[in-house]
Parts: sequence; C-alpha cells; structure tokens
Amino acid sequence: MDRVAIIGASMTQFGDRDAWIRELLAEAGDSALRDAGVDGSDLDHLYVSNMASGEFEGQTGVPNALAHDLNAVPAYTARIDQTSSSGGAGIFAAWQSVASGASEMTMLVGGEKMTHRTTGEATDVIASLTHPVEYKHGVTLPSFAGMTARKYLDEYDAPRESLGKVAVKNHKNGLDNPHAQFRKEVDLDTVLDSPIVADPLRLYDFCPITDGSAALVFCPESVAREYTDDYVVVSGVGGATDTHVVHERDDPTTMGGVVESSQIAYEMADRGPEDIDVAELHDMFTILEFLQSEDLGFFEKGEGWKAVEEGVTDRDGDLPINTSGGLKSKGHPLGASGVAQAYELYQQLLGDAGARQVDAEVGLACNVGGFGNCVSTTILEQP
Amino acid sequence: MTLDAYRCENGHVTYPGHTRCPDCGEPQTDTVDLSEETGEVVTWTTSTATPPGVREPNHLAIVEFEVSESHSDGSSDSSAGVDGETVRALGQLTTADGVEIGDEVEPVYVEELREPGAGIREPESQEWDGYRFEPV
Repeated sequence: MDRVAIIGASMTQFGDRDAWIRELLAEAGDSALRDAGVDGSDLDHLYVSNMASGEFEGQTGVPNALAHDLNAVPAYTARIDQTSSSGGAGIFAAWQSVASGASEMTMLVGGEKMTHRTTGEATDVIASLTHPVEYKHGVTLPSFAGMTARKYLDEYDAPRESLGKVAVKNHKNGLDNPHAQFRKEVDLDTVLDSPIVADPLRLYDFCPITDGSAALVFCPESVAREYTDDYVVVSGVGGATDTHVVHERDDPTTMGGVVESSQIAYEMADRGPEDIDVAELHDMFTILEFLQSEDLGFFEKGEGWKAVEEGVTDRDGDLPINTSGGLKSKGHPLGASGVAQAYELYQQLLGDAGARQVDAEVGLACNVGGFGNCVSTTILEQP
Repeated sequence: MTLDAYRCENGHVTYPGHTRCPDCGEPQTDTVDLSEETGEVVTWTTSTATPPGVREPNHLAIVEFEVSESHSDGSSDSSAGVDGETVRALGQLTTADGVEIGDEVEPVYVEELREPGAGIREPESQEWDGYRFEPV
C-alpha cells in the first residue's frame, strides 16, 4: 500500500498575536505550501482544526475562508473540532483522505485565537465542553488537573517536586524553540512558589493561553517523491474516547483514550513503545505528562514521575519528551497544538530541529482533548 | 430535592444518567437518591482561577457513594443491585478546611451553584441548583 507522507510543515509564532483566526490560518497554510513546493490550487482537500472560532471571535466557516485566501478553491474543506485534540483529529482526517484515495494532496491547518479574551472567559469557553452536572459546579479543566494530581501524588507516593520538574524541563526545551510563547528558563523554586491555581497545582504547572497556527501537507508517498526527498511517513494513527463525565472513570489516574488510541497507532505502525525515539505529549498541565507517558506504555503505571526525576525524558535522555517545549512553554492555541506537535516531530525526523535536535527515526505525538475525553495518537517515521 | 443517580436493570449505577448504560448498554430504568447518604472524598481541589459567575475560590471534590439496594419508591429488590456497587459524583465543597482524601461528606442543597447566564452556557439549557458536599 502507498503510505501517507508529509512533505511540508510550518508553524507561526505562538503567543499574544494581533492577527485574528483567518490571518493566523492563512499565515501557517501559506508557509506550509511554500515548504512543500505545492500551490493552493493543487490541494484536493483542506482541513482546519479549530475548537471555537465562533465562541472566541464570532467567525465561523473558517475552512472555506482559508480555501479562498490560499487560492485553493474548489478544494473540499471541513472543520475538525475535537476540542483540545482537534489537531490530532485533523491528522487522522488528513491521513484518511489520502489513504482512502479520495485526495492526492491534502493540507491540514490548525489554529486558535484566544488571547483577546480574559483568562476567565477563555477558561469558560473550554469548560463548556463539560456535562451540565459538571459545568454548574464551575469546574474547569485546570480543576480536573488539580484533583487528578492530588490523587496521583497520594496513590503513587510521588513528591510534589516531580511535577515541578516537568515544567522546568519543558521550559528549558522551549528556550531553543524560536516559535515558543515563552523562551524563558524557570527553576524549581519558581514553579513551587508560584500562585496556586488548582491546589496542589500552581501557575507554572499550567500552559498559557495562546494564539497561533500550524500546518502540514499530506500526499501519497509515490507523489511525495515527485516533490522532495525530505519527507516523513505517517506510519500509525489512532483515535479514541473516554467518558464525557470525568468522575465516571474507574481509575482517575488512567486516561483510557490514551491507552486505546496508542494501541491502534502502535498496531498500524507495527511498533511498540520501546521503538519510540522522541515524543511530543499534551502537557496542558504537568500532571498530564506523567499520565500519558504511562498510558502510552513508556513507563509502568505510577512510575512516570521517576523518569522525569532521573532525566530519562530530558533532551539528552533515553526518551526525550517535549523537545519543542511542549504546550507548557510553546503555548496551547487549542486547534493548533496537535498539528504543532507533528511539526516538531517532522523537524526532528528530518534533522531540522537545530539546537533542539535529538537522534530520532521514529516519533510519537499524543494530543488530548477535554480531560482525556478524546485522544489522537500519531506515529511519524523517516521513510 | 433529590440527588439522583440512575440504575439499569443489571444494577449498574451512574451519576448523571445516560441514554444507555455505559456498562451494558441497557436503558436506565430506576433512580437512586443520594441526597441523604454520606460519601467519601476520592480527591479534591481548590480552584482560584474561576470562570465568570463562579465563586472564588471554588472548592471541588469527587465523592464516592455506596449504593444501597432500596429503590427510589422505597421498595427493596435484591436482584436489582450489584453487590458493592458504588457511584461517584463531582460537586462543590462547602469548605476545603482540613479536608483530606477519604473524609466523609454529606450533600447540602444549594439553589444556585453558579450565576446562570454569566458564563457561555445558555441559562435555559440546564439546571443550576444542586448539592455541595459538607464535611461530616
């Protein structure tokens, strides 16, 4: 079977941007087309990963707007919304479009414009994904993280400091990412002394609110060779859900969607956790890096925190996690994040990651929506 | 007022209810009122960054209840329950002072848990009253 290749990728500067959603998407889309050497008019399919442009900005129908702005009309378009995992879900959709034979050239652009809202408003837009019995209590995604972190630390006898070390590591990695929102090292004391947001988690345990966009260009491997020798292959992709109501999960410290989606991706790629050289995980909250690193099979349940303590997941460790800086320092424009994870892997696998470069042939990205409600796992490889 | 969990004919209990039982897919045909029961704190947090219309700080807990065999109509049917069935609920805590995992709490009725219409959710689309959990 002709495999699905990625022949171009881009991401915009993440952070507090003046641009609105249409402009952000067009900026990343234009850059990815240039990187691939593809014209907008060559696109058969154009997908946009976005959670809430209507709620944030009052602009709906963004995929059609983007098609027009990039000279891609009459390409088929669709918006892929899976909340925070819209980007990963977009990779799944783009992969399907090429693997099925329906499209010979597909672009995925993920983006979100958020910073014009107050923290409370943005938090509320995101919290609107919760069930009415959760929403009426004022629960937020950060408060789910606080409750889960307390349970994890209690259950596995993990020190509070271990969570802080995730933030320290990812900020250090982000220092070398020119597109990151924060390019600032933080020390452990700063993390542990920062204001409480959702006890026991503090400000530096959370990713920021961010504007930004990222894009990927997909085609069959046979077509990829007409354009370039520098491409990567989507060898595995899987998506899965967990319960909508978070408290209904048997084990609050396991994300079933991570377990299920990664098993699908591993099987498709004929790979296992031991084959992964570099991983981008959805560290919207520091605790999530522990949960995913365990539920992806990298470490035993309850042992993920030790890997961070021992430096295993450092850039120069055995399994570097979040070489991009992660959502933590790079920022988290909801619909863009899953796409930007793949952008980092694309750069790492092509040897284009500059100061962030690690030795990697196989990379994995795990993109989490809600509080693990929906998850996409993608495995990318050198051809 | 009641704090209703929902039970299917195979005895699986969930809060809130679902169109089909998440365990077996059967319809949920019965309710179990938890409002007079005590539950145990599974985990909790105090959230200081709260959305519009939500108290600040907002103390929240996930609480686990043992489900008795009695039905909402007061009758009892041993075939309807599964031994040791538990059900969890998320809710605000009246206070977080001294609260620890494993503590006993009881539901206390509150008319308005957050200000309807202050946030993004359409006020008419859902209810806003419910139960906070008070340490026993």
